[in-house]
Amino acid sequence: MKLYDYVLSGNCYKVRLLLHFLDIKCTLEPVDFYPGRAHKSPSFRRINPLEQLPVLELDDGKTRICDSQAILIYLAHKFDPSRHWFPVNEPEKLGCVVQWLTFANCITAASSRARLHDMLGYTCDITAARAHAHRAFRHLEDHLCHQEFNGINWLAGAQPTLADVACFPYTCLAGDGGIDIFIYPAIQRWLRRFATLPRFHPMPGINIR
Amino acid sequence: MTRTTIDQPEMRIDPFTYAHWYALGRKEDFPEGCALNTRLLSHSIGIRRDTDIMSITGPQGRALPIQHRYGHVWTSLSDSPRPLFDIPEFAEPGRRLVTVGGVRVRCSGLRAVENFLDMAHFPFVHTDILGVTEHAEVKKYDVKMDVEKDEIWATQCQFFQPVAAAASVAGDMVHYQYRVPHPHSVILYKSCPVDPDAWDLIGLFIQPLEEEECLVHSFLLVFDDNNTDTALLHFQQNIFLQDRVILENQVPARLPLDPRQETPTRADASSIAYRRWLKRNGVTWSTTRGAEIA
Repeated sequence: MKLYDYVLSGNCYKVRLLLHFLDIKCTLEPVDFYPGRAHKSPSFRRINPLEQLPVLELDDGKTRICDSQAILIYLAHKFDPSRHWFPVNEPEKLGCVVQWLTFANCITAASSRARLHDMLGYTCDITAARAHAHRAFRHLEDHLCHQEFNGINWLAGAQPTLADVACFPYTCLAGDGGIDIFIYPAIQRWLRRFATLPRFHPMPGINIR
Repeated sequence: MTRTTIDQPEMRIDPFTYAHWYALGRKEDFPEGCALNTRLLSHSIGIRRDTDIMSITGPQGRALPIQHRYGHVWTSLSDSPRPLFDIPEFAEPGRRLVTVGGVRVRCSGLRAVENFLDMAHFPFVHTDILGVTEHAEVKKYDVKMDVEKDEIWATQCQFFQPVAAAASVAGDMVHYQYRVPHPHSVILYKSCPVDPDAWDLIGLFIQPLEEEECLVHSFLLVFDDNNTDTALLHFQQNIFLQDRVILENQVPARLPLDPRQETPTRADASSIAYRRWLKRNGVTWSTTRGAEIA
């Protein structure tokens, strides 16, 4: 398998994390997202017409899965026989996991936008991006508090799932976009728990105290 | 943190800082037909490129000088800037230039230079790449001034690194030299993993936007036939973004120039030399001394 990858992308990082958690071998194909904007080039558009990273190319050299959440689901379904990461045999839990996979896109839309603005000079309404991020993080904080009251450490149950993998990167990287994540104590505890998972590895910008 | 976007009087900038050339980006960052605005030393700068003619305007619509060097576009607020420092290695055949693109950091550009000079942070910030915690010691090195060129050289630096460069295959004792020819630019000469007689260059050309915000343009100029440009780019961006989070959390955001403010150790010899050199040249902008004067 080959992962079209950008080293500073939180969405690429979540795929690299799961590959590592599940000990799956995969070739990384670095893409010059910045400053070269290679994901907008005609040659990359043939790989993903949406001009987005990451893309997972399967060994047949033809099948490509775009969208980080879709890649996570493929990898967990294919390589995790325990079904812990993506609990297809437990419908209620599965529903929760997918709900948080979708919510991860809300976090990304706001937190990643603020980060691209602050770090790489992309133009956006930075005040709105940060406000949207805080709205998402308040929701995440409330849910994690609720979980802790019930003695549950993770977003969708007693064990980490794809929900946690999907929401972790752009929550943890929010500081890069000038968003103070240290005001959310339950989120802080969850980030620290996540960073102690076996085979966890950080990416630049991750600031866990 | 609130960004200051009001132009300050140019007098507010000390003459040494004012008199330098500053990189604004790579030539590719300014395509034909572009009209962009940026900041330099708390002043708004306009950059236009019609066909192949580029123009830069500064305060009060004044035309600013331009030069294209080292893969970047440079300008100065001064009408009679000091000559831009020479990097003879750019003329050497066989080297590859990778320009990394500008990365914004909420700290003084001087802080970014000082952090770049500091080997002691390698095992802790660039763990398992530029250092390992079992080999955290900074061995004694030499720091000297090149008086004629008015620049700082730190030589005889060495450090154990597990993955010193994209071309590395195993951990090795890596030899370093640092050169500071400009208050906002710094170049690292690093023993080359594929040719023991050569140095690879990695450098920062920093565009100071505000006193507590900078845009760091960096480059690699290396002998490496094995890695793609994109692999080298990812290696360098990974390293620099590890530094960025540290830089943004340093307090104060400006470079302290009062010797009582931070306690130096012997590993900081280059940092001490850098701060003394800035002081001797009367640098106040982007330092804690500037804050006192203002």
